[in-house]
Amino acid sequence: MAKIDLEQMDDMHFDILKEIGNIGAGNATTALSQMINAKVDMKVPKVCLLDFRELPDIVGGAECIVVGILLELEGEINGMMMFVLEKESAHRLVNILMGRNIDNFDEFTEMDLSALNEIGNIIAGAYLYSLSALTNLMIKPSVPYMSIDMAGAILSVPAIEFGKVGDKALLIESQFGEEDEFVNGYFILIPTLESYEKILTSLGI
Amino acid sequence: MKYKMKELIRVGMADLNACKCPGGLTTLGLGSCVGVTLYDSQTKVGGMVHVMLPDSTRFKHTENPAKYADTGIALLIEKMEKLGADRKRLSAKIAGGAQMFAFKADNEMLRIGERNVEATKQVLKKHKIEIIAEDTGLNYGRTIEFYTKTGDLVIKSVGKPDKTI
Repeated sequence: MAKIDLEQMDDMHFDILKEIGNIGAGNATTALSQMINAKVDMKVPKVCLLDFRELPDIVGGAECIVVGILLELEGEINGMMMFVLEKESAHRLVNILMGRNIDNFDEFTEMDLSALNEIGNIIAGAYLYSLSALTNLMIKPSVPYMSIDMAGAILSVPAIEFGKVGDKALLIESQFGEEDEFVNGYFILIPTLESYEKILTSLGI
Repeated sequence: MKYKMKELIRVGMADLNACKCPGGLTTLGLGSCVGVTLYDSQTKVGGMVHVMLPDSTRFKHTENPAKYADTGIALLIEKMEKLGADRKRLSAKIAGGAQMFAFKADNEMLRIGERNVEATKQVLKKHKIEIIAEDTGLNYGRTIEFYTKTGDLVIKSVGKPDKTI
């Protein structure tokens, strides 16, 4: 049985996870910047541990429409990783990527959805790469799965996983974008409890 | 008469509640979780539980009985009996249990919606409660509203017309 209890994590654990989030998001923005051939800024990510019931409220309430991109993780770290974008932020991101007017909120086309999926893949991949490089643990992510629906429904997937081991969920919020057009994205890393322990142990905790 | 959202009692994730007529209950954005509503049509007492996981005996952290199908439904029945319902008269309507992401079917961790529905049905069968209507599975989220006046369960989804079961 794992020794790590999510509710007993201290500041140092948070700082480490925050730093992983920071480096990961940094790599992700670099990747994104290369993809759209423009400067992409990022803000320092926020890491918080919250009651899983509050998860949907963070992204605007249970009925707020969000884009969720989920990857399964295998290898030395098992679990899932989810990247959540508010629908409006997703539109902005696609507009930046497609070189369209930033205020275009038409329905997503097939091409937009494909682009979003790829953005999710790149961002999640960059994040996971940092995690893997820092911990020296091998992580094999699956192809990305995307779903656009109510936040409550999308977030029920990580909430259930967290629910198996307790009542808390770990959320890393990061913001990135161009100067005045920041978009909000949320990473939810959902390692199994054993994998949490592996991550922290490999970092010498 | 229709009720406004604010007049409905909100049931959160891994939560349950019951009320008498003319009250109503709602849970927002059900994904892979299952919303179970029980109703005694004679006393018009209604209850709702938002089930996250199938079986409390398989997990260690079981402080919250409403999280699991087995303990959640049992607790809801008790709560409804206190409001005057008779467990022999209860009927059930269930919704939710969607698979939000199109994964490989063999991943046990991700077929949770389906397993929640199966477990819910088994638990209801054990309590001899008939399921008179259901809207489960598929791949989209549902907001559900239950009205004790009529026993109607209204299901709302993104980009789909409202459905009453």
